[in-house]
Amino acid sequence: MIIVGERLNGQFGDVEQAIKQKDESIIKDLVDAQVEAGSDYLDVNVGTAVPSREKADAMVWMVETIQKFTDVPLAIDSPIDEVLKVGVEACEHPPLINSAQADPEELNDYIQLAMKHDASLIALTMDEDGVPNDVAKRVELAGNIVVAAMEAGMPFDRLFIDVVALPVRATQAQPGIVLEAISQLQGIADPSPHFIIGLSNVSQGAVKRSLINRTYLVMCMAMGLDAAILDPMDEELMDALITTELLLNKQIYSDSFLNAYRSSKRRG
Amino acid sequence: MAVEKVTRSWSNSINVVTIGEGDNAVRVGGETTLPFLHDEGDMPHRPKIALDVFDAVPDTWSGVLVQALGEAADDAVAWAKKGQEMGVDLISLHMTAHAREEDPASPQECAELARAVCDAVDLPLIVWGADEEKPDNAMYPAVSQALAGERCLLGAATEENYRTLTATCIADGHNIIGQSPIDINICKQVNVLVSDMGMPLDKIVIYPCNGALGYGLEYAYSIIERTRLAALGGDRLMSMPVLVEVGPEVQRAKEVKASEEEMPQWGSQAKRGIAWEATTAVSYLQSGADIVTLCHPQAVDLVKEYIDSFMDD
Repeated sequence: MIIVGERLNGQFGDVEQAIKQKDESIIKDLVDAQVEAGSDYLDVNVGTAVPSREKADAMVWMVETIQKFTDVPLAIDSPIDEVLKVGVEACEHPPLINSAQADPEELNDYIQLAMKHDASLIALTMDEDGVPNDVAKRVELAGNIVVAAMEAGMPFDRLFIDVVALPVRATQAQPGIVLEAISQLQGIADPSPHFIIGLSNVSQGAVKRSLINRTYLVMCMAMGLDAAILDPMDEELMDALITTELLLNKQIYSDSFLNAYRSSKRRG
Repeated sequence: MAVEKVTRSWSNSINVVTIGEGDNAVRVGGETTLPFLHDEGDMPHRPKIALDVFDAVPDTWSGVLVQALGEAADDAVAWAKKGQEMGVDLISLHMTAHAREEDPASPQECAELARAVCDAVDLPLIVWGADEEKPDNAMYPAVSQALAGERCLLGAATEENYRTLTATCIADGHNIIGQSPIDINICKQVNVLVSDMGMPLDKIVIYPCNGALGYGLEYAYSIIERTRLAALGGDRLMSMPVLVEVGPEVQRAKEVKASEEEMPQWGSQAKRGIAWEATTAVSYLQSGADIVTLCHPQAVDLVKEYIDSFMDD
């Protein structure tokens, strides 16, 4: 499972404060904790901490600060083109670009950006019409993404298709639609691209968020999800993730399987 | 029509373990593919042959092997020197005298013997206990200390008995063998336990308690293969080189022990023993073994030839 740690996001109070006050110690603590917990990438998002015109500078500060403390690659996360590009350029290691929509022009721009930087790319199964309400449209958009990547010569192990999880509290049919889409997309290409979701979206606005998150993660993994943007510091969530890998025969059992997974990741 | 060769690339490689110091050091592991698939990946360090040397010849061994070893078998130091003449890569020294019921050797005597063997050859040492918890745990620290700085491979740590040996190996700079009873889950567990005590992953070698041909070879074969697939697929707690003990296991087979009088239809007992050892060894090399231990000088020659023919270096 490829784990993208979500906590370096300006939407969280502590990170917002860190960005505003240029407080490296808050960033360092979150970097260390997420790396220790097994993150393969660290998501970097300035959120709404600063006004739009300052976001690019804030992104560069975050990327440079994080790289003082870790070699773990970053997932540069912004809906604003300019912010995303300066973030990618500031990266010392090929990052994960988060994210492109499936509209052809935008998608191609981002594929080119990824190719230029040897980066990986998250492409969303949504377009100018928004997030699809059904399985078929998601699968169709995923097909378009795969074709675009293939035509550009982008290796599929660097392509992450995000099937877009939505809050269960707002749209209760969506979690099931996403599961079905993940299932139908298995075998779309060989080798396969990765399938990813922003897990915490599913519990947005709900109570017992951690329980909802980990239950849904297990369901998605059973359908073939192999990457997620999540809070790796949520220990019960990570326990569920590790146990699911075991039950799917992706990890060899040992009596210390939780510890084994964690120490194997840490020593990576 | 030309058939396209199917290859795949793996995300992880096998750890390189260095056994021995300075000019005597040998390296095992480092593979980025399954055994001998040179078109798919690298096999930077060829599989190694270790000669099994005992502090006393096991009384269960066949007379033909003892005869083939000659006088050297009376003395571990001479035996090890003979191994060097035979061109093996390592000496696999088995300590048993400390665990015998009558007049057991003291840890100090074991240490002196290990040191003498080490000094007599320019080859790195593997040193085994007798698989007896109490006497082994008394023997290991003395032997380990006598060999401190030689970066030997000591074993074996088991799920039940690993603390003394692990602490000792860490203190004296040795590598360690993690032993599991033909069980991939326990194999991983031992690696977790040993590494949790602070042993670096690249100082651990897996010993899966393999049997000889006809005695469960296929179980150990498939476990080694599955271990290797997991390792190449990214499991760092399975990414250790693998050692198989061939010589002593083969000596337990009735096909090797039975005389020509008992089994005339099986042909020459002398040839049988050599063939059994060589066949067992090359089977394990094909499953992913990095070190094979052998007893018979002619089996050593055959396996060397086999490795030469499968390496493209």
